[in-house]
Amino acid sequence: MQWEAVIGLEVHVQLATKSKIFSGAATAFGAEPNTQACPVDLGLPGVLPVLNEEVVRMAVTFGLAIGAEINPYSVFDRKNYFYPDLPKGYQISQFADPIVGRGHLTIQLEGQPPRRVEITRAHLEEDAGKSLHEAFAGKTGIDLNRAGTPLLEVVSEPDLRSAAEAAAYFRQMHSLVRHLKICDGNLAEGSMRCDANVSVRPRGQTELGERTEIKNVNSFRFLELAINYEIERQIHILDAGGRVERDTRLYDAERNETRSMRSKELSNDYRYFPDPDLLPVHLDEAFIESVRRELPELPGEKQARYQSEFGLSDYDAGFLTQDPDLAGYYEAVAASAGDAKLAANWVMGELSAALNRADLTPDACPLPAASLGTLIRRIQDGTISGKIAKGLFEKLWSAGVDGQTPDVDAIIESEGLTQVSDTGEIAAIIDEIVAANPAQVEQFKTGKEKVLGFFVGQVMKATQGKANPQMVNELLREALARQD
Amino acid sequence: MTVETFSSVTDLAARLEAGEFSSEELTRHYLKRAHSFTGLNAFITIDEDRALSEAEAADALRARGEATRVTGIPIAHKDVFCTKGLLTTCGSKMLGNWVAPYDATVVARLGSAGVVTLGKANMDEFAMGSSNENSHFGAVANPWETDRVPGGSSGGSASLVAAGLAPAATGTDTGGSIRQPAAFCGLTGMKPTYGRVSRYGMVAFASSLDQGGLFAHTAADIALLLPYMAGFDPKDSTSSPTTDDWLDACRREPLAPAEGLTIGLPKEYFDGLGVPAAAVDAARRALESAGFRFREVSLPHTAAAIPAYYIIAGAEASTNLSRYDGVRFGHRCGNPESLDDLYERSRSEGFGTEVKRRILTGTYALSVGYFDAYYLKAQKIRRLIQEDFLAAFADVDLLLTPTTPNVAFEHGAHADDPVTMYQQDIFTVPASLSGLPAVSVPCGFHEGLPLGMQLIGPHFAEQNVLRTAEAYQRLTGWHLEHPEGF
Repeated sequence: MQWEAVIGLEVHVQLATKSKIFSGAATAFGAEPNTQACPVDLGLPGVLPVLNEEVVRMAVTFGLAIGAEINPYSVFDRKNYFYPDLPKGYQISQFADPIVGRGHLTIQLEGQPPRRVEITRAHLEEDAGKSLHEAFAGKTGIDLNRAGTPLLEVVSEPDLRSAAEAAAYFRQMHSLVRHLKICDGNLAEGSMRCDANVSVRPRGQTELGERTEIKNVNSFRFLELAINYEIERQIHILDAGGRVERDTRLYDAERNETRSMRSKELSNDYRYFPDPDLLPVHLDEAFIESVRRELPELPGEKQARYQSEFGLSDYDAGFLTQDPDLAGYYEAVAASAGDAKLAANWVMGELSAALNRADLTPDACPLPAASLGTLIRRIQDGTISGKIAKGLFEKLWSAGVDGQTPDVDAIIESEGLTQVSDTGEIAAIIDEIVAANPAQVEQFKTGKEKVLGFFVGQVMKATQGKANPQMVNELLREALARQD
Repeated sequence: MTVETFSSVTDLAARLEAGEFSSEELTRHYLKRAHSFTGLNAFITIDEDRALSEAEAADALRARGEATRVTGIPIAHKDVFCTKGLLTTCGSKMLGNWVAPYDATVVARLGSAGVVTLGKANMDEFAMGSSNENSHFGAVANPWETDRVPGGSSGGSASLVAAGLAPAATGTDTGGSIRQPAAFCGLTGMKPTYGRVSRYGMVAFASSLDQGGLFAHTAADIALLLPYMAGFDPKDSTSSPTTDDWLDACRREPLAPAEGLTIGLPKEYFDGLGVPAAAVDAARRALESAGFRFREVSLPHTAAAIPAYYIIAGAEASTNLSRYDGVRFGHRCGNPESLDDLYERSRSEGFGTEVKRRILTGTYALSVGYFDAYYLKAQKIRRLIQEDFLAAFADVDLLLTPTTPNVAFEHGAHADDPVTMYQQDIFTVPASLSGLPAVSVPCGFHEGLPLGMQLIGPHFAEQNVLRTAEAYQRLTGWHLEHPEGF
């Protein structure tokens, strides 16, 4: 049987507000447990929630960016369940009337056409605290610093057909919320978390198979691995004539498998009803328009602009616009270098590799964009060779790591990295090398073109890589032609 | 210093201002009385040190010329209001040891106006009850006849003001919890418009209905205190931004009586009315003689109010009380064996019978499969009841009704019959469901026990409600009758 996977994602985006969704307590990550929780977050008797206006603005920003309907009337509901890190015994969420209605996000896998993924809705809710099971022997600690952190839960339609598509969607969402500056996008700190609903069905069937839900994945790679595992697991069950049980599962990255959580959770009746402590949110056109006017350039728009303005390929433009900080860095390099394509090659090549090696995000790049721009300009004007440039890049990077802002031209000067383009000087060196390697000269004369590479290498070695490679090629051919 | 046992706030305020005595002296007077009549069980906590230091601060405020009209007046707060550093029990074992780390907005506002807190008044557990027999700290006696209930849930507040242990007290009213005890104890008690008084720091029972208010001897006293506790609060999204010149003027001048208003008599409240009929009718005639006009109106959905109320209030209560789980504060069972055990035993031990009953009915009403038939239907009824009132107020300025079907009953009379107990609220619940301001005013006696009548106004029409009560209290002397032995 040919099977087809059907996947829908629920992405929880932590909104980057200074204070919580319903209280004035700070949202900063990593503080001492229970130091960023005020009486409202603790759910003390008598406290009341008051909606943070900035949260509404961010939700509307997101809604407009995915082309969604913004609901002029939305309602906060109570979702009732007991859990130690849920202080009030209910989570304030939006159920029947979410703030953001239907929208869409476009994803693209390498070498495939763009695909539009429908988004069902996005609603606001408060995050719960954290249960710390490891820190206390035989007991569980509760840290309520995170309680009340604003979340935007974005629910997609079951439009995704592979783990790779799901990961691309999650990445695209990550890119979007960072461009919109509504989320810091820090996956390791849980700023974006994802639940995946996965089912499989015989290819060609329209009816959906029974689904399972993988909870709380906060890495692109783990999402892809978890879904692939789950698809395989379900296919295995179905191929053996079995039946997939509706289930909530957790992904174990160490073993690369998904495991069933307590099935008890499935029978929860959350008893949703409108929270009488909060008024419905009424949004007027003027407010929505004011948010629309402030929308920044979206990743898709930026990608299109890079193609038209800089002449970059679809893929390169997509790569560079994935991360708004990388895009900003690239634009600065391109402006300084005066060659947008060469700048793209360097940012996507050497720079990205260096960032990866150092495990740094583009906003923490130690090398100033202007320095990389100057380096590229010096390649362009023939001052240094490409090979020398790579070494120079490493030097500049190290200097940046040490907190210095190096003067690129001064280093080229002081370390004598300038390319040798003096015909006489190169010709003299070539003559010496040709004279010293008669055997290779003979081989060349019998038609072994490859030997040319040997001579180029020798010349470069003698000039410590500084000889202009094009010139070396031309002069070598002339010199070898003279050897009769 | 001589202080009349049942002094009004208005009188005390004038004498404080005239320098006849200090707030400290007045506070000592009431503290002494509170300690002398502990048999009523009206207070859960009396904090002498706090009261005296607040009184000193009030006297200092006056000495600096910064006194308000209520500076130095000692009152009691219902134990549903959070008081920083002081026990806030809500009448429950669940919060029997809970010291609030913050002041409710009502407490903070009255405090900053110089009002002194004598202590915390007894109440039905989590404000659920109509007799004050549901308190973990024991039943409260009605000063008129101590084997009778004072009404509930603000029974402690009503009892202590009626006995002259304080000239006024705060209360909360969800379905009649101020008006019914005011009627039973011969007091003037007001539930303002929903949203008029901040709910921040008022431990929630039913959020869409709870409203803070006052007990005093006269409408004028309530008008004197109300501006110092009412008003928009940025910490309560449901508090109203409505500002009111009239309310503001109450800080400076005495309440003027209303004149010539048209008052509606909803026939559904009078059909088959027994005990209070004669007294309310006499009140009508008194007001009529003063130029008020009366006409019959109809509020056709009145009969559905009680079931709708108990569904909505129970539903909201069931989730408001979920936070009492033994994890962070309040009662926690000994040696829990598991998380579920912690929840089950902490809540089983910490809550009383009536609270459990309402959590269970409320949970049921919100459950999948029952939500539409109960909660949603109750909300529709609520809307119809609101529309009844809006239609009536198109023709009349106010409504006059009895406050309760009868006088205070004996302790234990309805102990095994919650439904009869719930019927106590039949005349007070409709105004609660509609968020309307209402006051209960003493209007006579039956077999030596006080009777109350209720004036209900449109939203934010506290002015007409209180000024009509003031007009009535200038015509009659029922509010000047007091129990003997205090």
